[in-house]
Amino acid sequence: MAAMALIELRGLNKTYLMGGEPLRALRGLALDIAEGEYISIMGPSGSGKSTLLNMLGLLDRPDSGSYRLNGQMTENLAEEQRAALRRDNIGFIFQAFHLISRLTALENVELPMMLAGQPPAQRRRAALEVLDLVGLADRKGHRPSQLSGGQLQRVAIARAIVMKPKILLADEPTGNLDHASGQDIIEVIENLNGEGITLVVVTHDLNLGRRAGRRIRMMDGAVVEDDREVD
Amino acid sequence: MHFSDLLRFNSRVFAAQRMRTFLLLLAVTMGVASVVMLTSLGEGARRYIDKEFASLGNRLLIVFPGRNETVGGQPPIYGTSPRDLTLEDALAMASIPSVQAVAPMLPGTVLLSHGSLSREAVTLGTTSAFFPIRQVVVGSGTALPQEASREALSICVLGQKLKHELFGNAQAVGEWLRIGDRRMRVVGVLADAGESLGIDLGEVVIIPVPTAQQLFNTQALFRVFLELQPGADEAVVKERLFRLVRELHDGEDDITIVSQDSMLAAFNNILTALTLVIAAIAAISLVVAGILIMNISLISVSQRRAEIGLLKAIGASGNHVRQLFLSESLMLVFLGSIIGIVFAYTVVYLLRQLWPEFPLFPPHWAAPAATATAMISGLVFSWLPARRAAELDPVLAMRGNV
Repeated sequence: MAAMALIELRGLNKTYLMGGEPLRALRGLALDIAEGEYISIMGPSGSGKSTLLNMLGLLDRPDSGSYRLNGQMTENLAEEQRAALRRDNIGFIFQAFHLISRLTALENVELPMMLAGQPPAQRRRAALEVLDLVGLADRKGHRPSQLSGGQLQRVAIARAIVMKPKILLADEPTGNLDHASGQDIIEVIENLNGEGITLVVVTHDLNLGRRAGRRIRMMDGAVVEDDREVD
Repeated sequence: MHFSDLLRFNSRVFAAQRMRTFLLLLAVTMGVASVVMLTSLGEGARRYIDKEFASLGNRLLIVFPGRNETVGGQPPIYGTSPRDLTLEDALAMASIPSVQAVAPMLPGTVLLSHGSLSREAVTLGTTSAFFPIRQVVVGSGTALPQEASREALSICVLGQKLKHELFGNAQAVGEWLRIGDRRMRVVGVLADAGESLGIDLGEVVIIPVPTAQQLFNTQALFRVFLELQPGADEAVVKERLFRLVRELHDGEDDITIVSQDSMLAAFNNILTALTLVIAAIAAISLVVAGILIMNISLISVSQRRAEIGLLKAIGASGNHVRQLFLSESLMLVFLGSIIGIVFAYTVVYLLRQLWPEFPLFPPHWAAPAATATAMISGLVFSWLPARRAAELDPVLAMRGNV
């Protein structure tokens, strides 16, 4: 057993108001994630998967409970500090890619480093490096409108890893892609996991979910199944 | 974020939203340009007055009858003293050392006729010294002779326009005409029909002051112009004038002396205040531009919700987002101000070429003041949209625009 988990969730609760009705998205959720793990989170709609992912990504705050990232308490951090923590430790991949259409592929990849205040030359080098890693070095000057879905998601992956985060969070990364491009994307992110990045994938796709080394099933805001591959 | 990154990021936003950028630039440009151009009018008026005073010659004192009791107010038009300022007073003033020339003035209106033609005209009763003091040039014939200050000679000098109306193109010098109930001989015609302190010299008839006293049946002078010698001490001359008048007026120094400098200063104050008021009115257009910026920025924030959510997800804090939106507005306003200033200076320059007689110049403070007002207006009015963007919940923002 690892000395300390990379992520340690304890008793997380979160309630949303949906059309005036309270909706308990998370109830007392507890979860440990070790560095380098490959985790899939599955479950029916409204089971709290996305909420959990947003919690992990520091985009959302729990009503109660604790979240330690790298041993650091995160619930009481100010917005500024949470943003910095997110920038340095977490990469996001979305179903809808979320690239900025007026910027080129390279500029999109550079964005996190720009927000971090890194100098242009260094940004450029790092962005080219990761674009090369996802096989799009030759498309660096293209706008999102000039790229295919699979290419867009690869640019988004490059953007997610340009800050060399410990954790990669993917929300239905293949949801908007055809089968071949989807396979392609899965390969890219699994390779990244092979190099040590902690990978958390939220998906409805059983085939994708099964590939993970650790499979978590959620229901009504709690973990109901935590299935580890036995080596 | 680095400043250069902000500039580049915002430039891409402008390039992507050309119409919006153009309209906002236009609003700011018009606002700044209107401030600069309208204040140019006030400044032009001030310079015009300056120029008029400069044409009076350098060291001039104007003596009014009556005592002005309040300090710093306007000089009385008509005396409040029971004692008049008379020709004798004026001639005595000429004996004061450092006074180079004295020109009394007694204006009135009178009916002029020559043959079947007649008209009303302003008559100035004065002396030969009037011509050099007010820098009035005689075109043909002569000015009033020296003895016109003591004798009621029946002679006159006509303004250019009057001469044309009464004599047409015929010779006027040496001719006789009827002024009031007297016949007078024309000895000279003024050269150019300029204006001097509000009197159109083209339409006056200048006669000896004793003649005017008889014509209007009064001893009271309207005012007396004194020209000082170069290097004369104004304060000393004023003191001597008061002493002289006290001797002549039974111990009362019931005159008011206005120096050209103090009159000029008063006009300057009035016109500067007027220019500032114009500037304030024109600045309203900058506030309107600010409101436009607010509206369009609010629309922009809701259009860019997904982008804002994304920026937050990849590590932008609320402050980053606020910075982006505020700097975007400030860039626009700054750019618009520069264009507005260039535009206004060009227009003012062209107008000055068209009407060189009116010195249209933007006051030196107009451009910086307009820019500062525009920037403050831009900052204030984009605060709300920027705050709204900064407080956007990234989760909801991204979900809403998938």
